[in-house]
Amino acid sequence: MSVDSVFVHKMWNDVELSKMVSGGIPFAMLSDAAGRVGSLYDVYDIDAGVETRGRFIIDPDGIIQGYEVLTPPVGRNVMESLRQIQAFQLVRESKGTEATPSGWKPGKPTLKPSPDLVGKVWEHWKTGMAFD
Amino acid sequence: MPEEMKVGCARPMGGPVGEKQTEEQQKADGEMEQKTEREERTMVKVGRKAPDFVAPAYHKGKFVTVKLSEYFGKWIVLCFYPGDFTFV
Repeated sequence: MSVDSVFVHKMWNDVELSKMVSGGIPFAMLSDAAGRVGSLYDVYDIDAGVETRGRFIIDPDGIIQGYEVLTPPVGRNVMESLRQIQAFQLVRESKGTEATPSGWKPGKPTLKPSPDLVGKVWEHWKTGMAFD
Repeated sequence: MPEEMKVGCARPMGGPVGEKQTEEQQKADGEMEQKTEREERTMVKVGRKAPDFVAPAYHKGKFVTVKLSEYFGKWIVLCFYPGDFTFV
């Protein structure tokens, strides 16, 4: 979503993005005239008249599980967004009985918070696991 | 799911769903509008409901109207960016 019109979205997709993503952008490119939705999500820069790089993960119940906002010159990391979604999906499937430690990625062990786990995280999760 | 819209010269507008005021009323009372926006801004927090909105969109060759809540039931990634043709 940006403040550009749907006409400009079409041109950007057709002229440039379709050359970077086969078949063009598969999702809806939303137009936010006057930044009304961006204001609602607190990512609209009223002085510059544009949205900042805000990214929100919303679960199937419509609940915001996470967000990240960057200033314009630095692009996002899609893999990190996917990792967060996979982690939130795992937690949801476990009905909140499991948690993903810092640096967790799919395939790595999760934690099952309980009184017995207090002070014992080091037995289940080694710091190096975040970096392999 | 998204509804296809008519293409005209007037720029289609989206915005929050469930606003109490009409646009004419907002224009007539700019202060009220600002107050409304500030109240809405406090709604965006992790663990809270994502504020619903409608927005015109370009999707797979068509101009459509998208409503966020129509996608509830799925995982959603909502991304904002400064502008088309910006570089990163």
